[in-house]
Amino acid sequence: MTLTVTDLRVARGGIPVLEGLSFTLGAGQALVLRGPNGSGKTTLLRTVAGLQPPLAGQITVPDESLVYAGHADGIKPTLTVEENLRFWAEAFGHRDISSALAAYQLAPLAPRPAGALSAGQKRRLGLARLLVTGRMIWILDEPTVSLDTDAVGMFAAAVRAHLARGGMALIASHIDLGLSEVCTLDVAAYRAKPLEPDDFDGAFL
Amino acid sequence: MIALLTRDIRLAIRAGGGFGLGLSFFLIVVVLVPFGVGPQAEILSTIAPGILWVGALLACLLSLDRIFALDWEDGSLDLLATSPLPMEGLVAVKSLAHWLTTGLPLVLAAPVLGVLLNLPEAGFVWVTLSLALGTPALSVIGTFGAALTVGLKRGGLLLSLLVLPLYVPTLIFGAEVARRGAEGLNVTTPLFLLAGITCGTIALLPFASAAVLKVNLR
Repeated sequence: MTLTVTDLRVARGGIPVLEGLSFTLGAGQALVLRGPNGSGKTTLLRTVAGLQPPLAGQITVPDESLVYAGHADGIKPTLTVEENLRFWAEAFGHRDISSALAAYQLAPLAPRPAGALSAGQKRRLGLARLLVTGRMIWILDEPTVSLDTDAVGMFAAAVRAHLARGGMALIASHIDLGLSEVCTLDVAAYRAKPLEPDDFDGAFL
Repeated sequence: MIALLTRDIRLAIRAGGGFGLGLSFFLIVVVLVPFGVGPQAEILSTIAPGILWVGALLACLLSLDRIFALDWEDGSLDLLATSPLPMEGLVAVKSLAHWLTTGLPLVLAAPVLGVLLNLPEAGFVWVTLSLALGTPALSVIGTFGAALTVGLKRGGLLLSLLVLPLYVPTLIFGAEVARRGAEGLNVTTPLFLLAGITCGTIALLPFASAAVLKVNLR
């Protein structure tokens, strides 16, 4: 099982941001994307996750293997932590949520409405969602935002366990996760050339 | 998909979910009309089927922007789009959940509120039946409108402008069934046309809604 990206060109709001991007992820590998704000990390991740089409290039992923986690965690404030997690487990065709609760130390919070959680606890719940999906390729956008040091440790442990099971991860992150085995890719090197100004249709769109 | 349906229903009936909002609105509209029209019982009983239909339609409109807007805001829609649920199925389940939490209560409340409008005796069964047949179309068409406006901030008014014209055929034939039924005339033609509209929208619109939702998520 591999995730292959070949000569990819992606656009945000119609403006190309990255081009000529190629990489391959194999089982047990992780790639951390770095780059300044606005360099196209989120756009790249959304494109790989299939939420938007690439302008050019190819993305080859096995069917039904991706799970995406964006800036927002998709948590319903009026459902409890357990109900939130159980919904995502069932949406992905699984039942067991206990190991995910344990991995992020959410078990004591399980009966609490998710709206009553702190920002860091919500993020932990969002990351626990990845574990209940059973998907092999994780696409993570800034997963450590609002996490404290302990929670970053839990996240790093979860990623390490995931890779050890043969999983893959594509992570956009600014901080050092303490994962020695991952590769890093600076997307700033792939910045797209600006559009030609003689784009005739542009005046009518 | 069943998980999504139960989640949506659960969210609707929990605090701030808006269950009962449409129903209360329907009640208020139907109560206000006799105040506006005056106490003439014959006039009220003539316009009762139409008022019940327009009231139900507006009540349905009220909760449309919740179908996708909340899921869009908290990021669930992105996550659902990358989940194993097909987008068409997701849209269909969302419509069904909307109908169960908005349309069905309206159908059940209509005969009770008919009493307030002096609805003729023969009309009760036809008003209820026409609403039961027509409100699913209102939910499905509304889901399409909600999918079109999902990325827009405060798109509620635009949503109403887009959806109301699409509601016209359902309203015409639905109210026609109710009116003819109340007057004791033959209802076959409008009833079949209403059923046809509902079946057609249920069969076709989820595909259109899924397509526009995919475009809006880019």
